[in-house]
This record gives sequence, C-alpha cells and structure tokens, in this order.
Amino acid sequence: MVTREQAWQALEGVPDPEIPVLSVCDLGIVRELRVEDDAATVVITPTYSGCPATEMIETGIRQALASAGAAQVNIEQRLAPPWSTDWIAPAALEKLQAFGIAPPGPARSVGGSAQPIRFVQTHPPCPRCGSRRTVRLAEFGSTACKALYRCSECAEPFDYFKPI
Amino acid sequence: MRSELDYLLRIADSTLILGQRLSEWCGHAPALEEDLALTNVALDLIGQARLLLTHIGTLEDAGRDEDRLAFLRTQDEFRNVTLVELPNGDFAQTIVRAGLFAAFQCELWHALASSSDTQCAAIAAKSLKESRYHWRQTSEWIIRLGDGTDESHARAQAAVDKLWPYAAELFTDDEVDREAVARGLGPAWSTLESAWSAAVLPVIEEATLSVPAKTPFRSRGKQGVHSEHLGHLLSEMQYLQRAYPGATW
Repeated sequence: MVTREQAWQALEGVPDPEIPVLSVCDLGIVRELRVEDDAATVVITPTYSGCPATEMIETGIRQALASAGAAQVNIEQRLAPPWSTDWIAPAALEKLQAFGIAPPGPARSVGGSAQPIRFVQTHPPCPRCGSRRTVRLAEFGSTACKALYRCSECAEPFDYFKPI
Repeated sequence: MRSELDYLLRIADSTLILGQRLSEWCGHAPALEEDLALTNVALDLIGQARLLLTHIGTLEDAGRDEDRLAFLRTQDEFRNVTLVELPNGDFAQTIVRAGLFAAFQCELWHALASSSDTQCAAIAAKSLKESRYHWRQTSEWIIRLGDGTDESHARAQAAVDKLWPYAAELFTDDEVDREAVARGLGPAWSTLESAWSAAVLPVIEEATLSVPAKTPFRSRGKQGVHSEHLGHLLSEMQYLQRAYPGATW
C-alpha cells in the first residue's frame, strides 16, 4: 500500500542525474501523480527531446515508488504543453545557483516564426561571485540544456541553464 | 493510411538522417566547442526523430517500434529529403546544410503545431523550441564564415552553391502533401517556402554570400529515390542491429 503523500515524497527524492541537487519535481518534470490502492501512475514530460537522462529518470521514478510500497508503477509521457524552464520551482532556482549553475532567465514565448536575435548575449550573473561581467564561451556546455560561460571578474567557468 | 505514414516519415527520417550525419563529427570538429555543439544538435534531432518514429509505429500498428523503423528498413523505404543524406563535407558545408534544414524545421514545426493529430502537434510544439536554437546557432556561423576570411568565404560560398539545388525538394508538393492537407495533418511543404526564404535570404546576404540561379533539378529522397550516399550511411547506422539482431544496451 502507498499513500499519495508517501508517493509524492518518494518522487521528491528522485534526483536529476546531471544536477543531483534538484529533484524531478523541482524541475517540473512530474506533471501528475495518481495513486489507487497499490498502483501509482506518474505523468512526466521530457525536457529536451534528446535528453539522455530521460530513461534514467524513469528508472529512478520506478525504483523510488516501488520502495515506497507501490506494487505497480505506471509512467506516462505527456508532451503537451511543451516543457519550459519557467516550470522550475523558484526554490530550485536558488539551489541551482548554490550548486554553481546560473539559473535560467525567463523563457520568452516562441512567437510564430519570429527570427532569433543573433550575436546578442545574455549575461547571467556569475554563480560564484555575482558579477554580470560574464562571457559566453559556447552554446552548449556539459549538456545540451546548458551553455558554457566564463566570469571575467573571478575568471571561473560555469554552466548556464538555457531558457526554453 | 500509407500516405499519412509517408508524410510523417518524411519528417522523421529527415530528422534522423541529419542527426546521424552531424554525429559523425563527434571527436573530429575543428574546435571543442563546435564538437559539443554539433553533437548536441544531433542529439536533439535524434530525440525528435525518436518521438515521431514511435508515433508512426503506433499509427502503423504492425508491431514496429522506433528501433525497428530506424534500424531495419531498407534504403528505398526511407523518406528523408536528399539534402540531409549528403556527406558532411567540410565544416562550412556541414553548417550551411544544417542551417538550411533548421530554418525549414522551424517553419514546419510551427505549422504542424496545429495538426489534427494531437501527438504530432505536441511533438511539433516541443521540437520548435529546440530547432529555434539550432537555427540561431547555425545562422550565426553562416554569417561568421561568409563575412569572414577569404578562405572561410570561399568555402561557405562553395557550400551554398552545392547545397542550394537540394532545397528545391523541400518545397515541391505531391499527392502525399495534398492528402495531408485534406486530413488537416499538416501543411503542404510548398507553403513553407516564402517564410523559409524570408528567414534564410537575409542571413545569406549578411554573410556576403550569393545564391545560385534556380534550375529544374529536383532531388527525390522524399519519394524513396535516394542518392548513392544513403546506402553507405545506413550500412554504418544499421550495422550493429543487423549483425546482432535484437541486441540492446
């Protein structure tokens, strides 16, 4: 037997494989949880289409709910509406910063076929020293969802979670 | 039904094959940052293809999942546009090809987001966000290369000259498009041309490049008539699954 509270707590213990300070709930990956007797159904949404952590997250969810007492775990993927970094909980944004990853700015809604603004950088504050004198080194950092930056003030590199 | 599947396979296969081509740069790119960029874009594309192929397998209802569709079909069953199966060539050619296709995907995903097929619409809305990043990244590079050194300009122009004739296939309709429109599944691809041109031509111009004159050439990968390059690509991509049927990680 597993209660909804127990199931939710179990989910909050499932970390993102790449950013272990955040849980799948923090990231807004878990959309829905339904518990009926012994069966737990979780509706999740993938972040990026090609994110290699998606399968690991599913395995993590199954194990956590099984440990919490669910005899049957069903995982459904739901794609619409598409995941956005805007769904990351505010408390989680602070955890990202403390972990050394610059949290994403607000995701602008994709307006039709509006052309991208080229050659204009955002300058997220350095997660270590707070300076805004930061420079983007690469569009992709350690993962597809992050860009690589360096702080001109303290000279340290850091990842920036890209708004999407 | 066959026509509906063909329409979706054209999108899924084009995305998959370009993902495969870009992944060939892994470990070989001119700079570490570009190695990561090309392979991460490839990852996005393969992810998009996986979602679509899985959906196609469900619609087909013949017991084929994403893996069987990707690894066990023969060359004439693939429906990707010829543009994406061409060899990578140099960095300029890789970037120009990826850019032309990313700009196309942005228009296609945008239109497909109102498909009568709700799963298709969901995949499109999600993929559009990723393709916009791809287009931003490649269009910046096209401008840097074109408006760069004599060497980068020459290579970028050679790339445009070589690839531009293959873009015509993207905007040539046939019966599959007409049926898709009738069902509300998706747009006729010819309707995407003006928005695509409005996105791409200013970038070509800012890059101080020129586009070749139109010719009657039409590649026909969408119809399963491929260049000599697809066979080689598939023999690499499908080798392991064909040599060890049923193998999994």
